[in-house]
Amino acid sequence: MVHPDLRVKIGALELKNPVLTASGTFGYGREFSSLIDLDLLGGIVVKGVSLKPREGNPPPRIVETPCGMLNAIGLANVGLESFLKEKLPWLQGLNTAVIVNIYGHTVEEYGAVAAGLSGVKGISAIEVNISCPNVEQGGMAFGTDPDMSAKVTERVVKETDKPVIVKLSPNVTDIRKIAVAAADAGADALSLTNTLTGMAIDIERRVPKLANISGGLSGPAIRPVSLFMVHQVVRAVKIPVIGVGGIVDYRDALEFLIAGARAIQIGTANFVDPRASLDIIEGLRIFCQDKGIDRIEDVIGTLKI
Amino acid sequence: MIEQDSEIIFNKRVAVDTFLIGLKSPLVAAEARPGQFVMLKVGRGMDPLLRRPFSICGIREENLILILYRIVGQGTRIMCDFRKGESLSVLGPLGSGFEMPHKGDMPILVAGGMGIAPLIFLASIMEPGSFSFFAGFGSAKEVVATDEVGSSGLDLSISTDDGSAGHRGLVTELLENRLAGFDGKTSPVVFACGPLPMLKEVAAITLDGVLSCQVSLEASMACGLGACQGCAIRRSSEQAIAYYHVCQDGPVFDVNVLDWGAL
Ligand SMILES: Cc1cc2nc3c(=O)[nH]c(=O)nc-3n(C[C@H](O)[C@H](O)[C@H](O)COP(=O)(O)OP(=O)(O)OC[C@H]3O[C@@H](n4cnc5c(N)ncnc54)[C@H](O)[C@@H]3O)c2cc1C
Ligand SMILES: Cc1cc2nc3c(=O)[nH]c(=O)nc-3n(C[C@H](O)[C@H](O)[C@H](O)COP(=O)(O)O)c2cc1C
Ligand code: FES
Repeated sequence: MVHPDLRVKIGALELKNPVLTASGTFGYGREFSSLIDLDLLGGIVVKGVSLKPREGNPPPRIVETPCGMLNAIGLANVGLESFLKEKLPWLQGLNTAVIVNIYGHTVEEYGAVAAGLSGVKGISAIEVNISCPNVEQGGMAFGTDPDMSAKVTERVVKETDKPVIVKLSPNVTDIRKIAVAAADAGADALSLTNTLTGMAIDIERRVPKLANISGGLSGPAIRPVSLFMVHQVVRAVKIPVIGVGGIVDYRDALEFLIAGARAIQIGTANFVDPRASLDIIEGLRIFCQDKGIDRIEDVIGTLKI
Repeated sequence: MIEQDSEIIFNKRVAVDTFLIGLKSPLVAAEARPGQFVMLKVGRGMDPLLRRPFSICGIREENLILILYRIVGQGTRIMCDFRKGESLSVLGPLGSGFEMPHKGDMPILVAGGMGIAPLIFLASIMEPGSFSFFAGFGSAKEVVATDEVGSSGLDLSISTDDGSAGHRGLVTELLENRLAGFDGKTSPVVFACGPLPMLKEVAAITLDGVLSCQVSLEASMACGLGACQGCAIRRSSEQAIAYYHVCQDGPVFDVNVLDWGAL
């Protein structure tokens, strides 16, 4: 029986399989370590790290919606210094790719976090969350404007020796423009999508269900949207694309791979089933075996139109 | 903590809209302490999507965990139709439990509605007769008989909002009456779980009397593991960091560490 090769390359980054856990849904990895063998994962993308620690938004921060959830965590995190001191050493003991998701409120902040992670052992790549408000531009998200996206990308690339993955926001009219801007600015890869902005209302009390009013929609509800954006972006740029959004099983993962994503990330599904990522890896393996496919690479970008 | 498919041994109605489910979860049962909870995967498909948190109400025969629940929405409505022999994914035990009372303490357990669940577990491992147990409900038909949930012999004082069973009024009035009877020789320690307005009142009473008190709180949860940070709750202003995470730092908290004004 063939033993399919699940390894994929995202530019210079080599993964043992195409399944990563998505930022913000897997903590710093350790939270899941007593439940699953993390070394079986293609990689872990850790919670977004900022220059300074951030408390996050007031509660309620999450609410369930049909086939999905809204979150307004507010990017709560321990900050760069504590991340390096308290979280990273444990992650360095793992035998899987560790990708650090970063964000900032100014181009300088993005640059400073990237610089702080540069040269640090045990970090395979940096993922840049550009869905954040730019405080110098009236709070408009970096990721909604091609020029701002390019500026952030350029700065991060300049400050670090790690491969740079730019994570795109779906809350735009034409995601290809942002994708091209980030690619031209030097990104090594793109990941998409982040959450879709939405809200929910308590009809009894007539108040928003989230204290922040709006939140980011994730889970199976967004999958078709993310998938189509991946399809569009794969055709618009030459750099590798990582698919994210509503993936809960190996069939969902295959849709993204066939569309041309070279890897995928599992987010909300981790909450529903902590084993989801491992089950997806196993599902991909069995799919390849059943179809006589030697390498998962041979599935990527095979969409027939 | 583990995730385990668990067989449903029974799922029976114990009061109006209230059920007790017994799940064969030997590994969870082996670790569980009073005050801890589990996340149950109640949906079979994508809707409802997220797991639902429930306190562990007791352990039976070393491998069975008991969950007492009330139908309040989509997920719990699905749960009440579960049949013996079906199975359900259990994630747990999660969170910190109650800190057990010390020798010489006089424990007082105060429950509101389904808040009785973790306190039944707590009571089950304490010396009979060594504590007081007050439980408030809306009306007589909501009252959960403790022998129904396998804790016979618990000496429970009941209050109901409409007076249809036990004391007419709030369960916190029973607490206040009991506290008034203390002579200073033993120190009362309060354990409370229930709806937020009740817990606020318990907090006010115990903070005012400078009494030791632990409360078990609820929050909307996605992961239950400390990974999503969705279950934040405000710390009191003396604390260095603004938020606790109910699933990990709690659900049981010392009454002093929370910002009751912000809850
Ligand atoms: C640590 C913890 C322990 C719990 N222990 C128990 C228990 O032992 N027995 C029990 O019956 N319930 C318990 N709950 C509450 C239980 O989780 C909710 O009742 C359940 O999730 C509702 O699911 P649903 O799909 O039926 O309702 P939904 O359709 O999700 O919601 C219906 C209504 O219930 C409210 N609700 C939903 N989730 C919660 C929540 N977590 N806290 C408060 N209100 C909520 C919603 O605001 C809404 O008004 C506990 C909650 C937590 C956080
Ligand atoms: C609770 C929560 C927190 C998140 N935090 C981050 C974050 O810090 N940085 C980031 O880039 N994306 C964050 N995301 C977005 C996810 O990484 C992912 O892009 C999105 O949830 C879509 O994937 P999913 O449908 O599989 O969850 C978060 C998502 C959730 C649900
Ligand atoms: S529910 Fe996810 S951190 Fe508490």
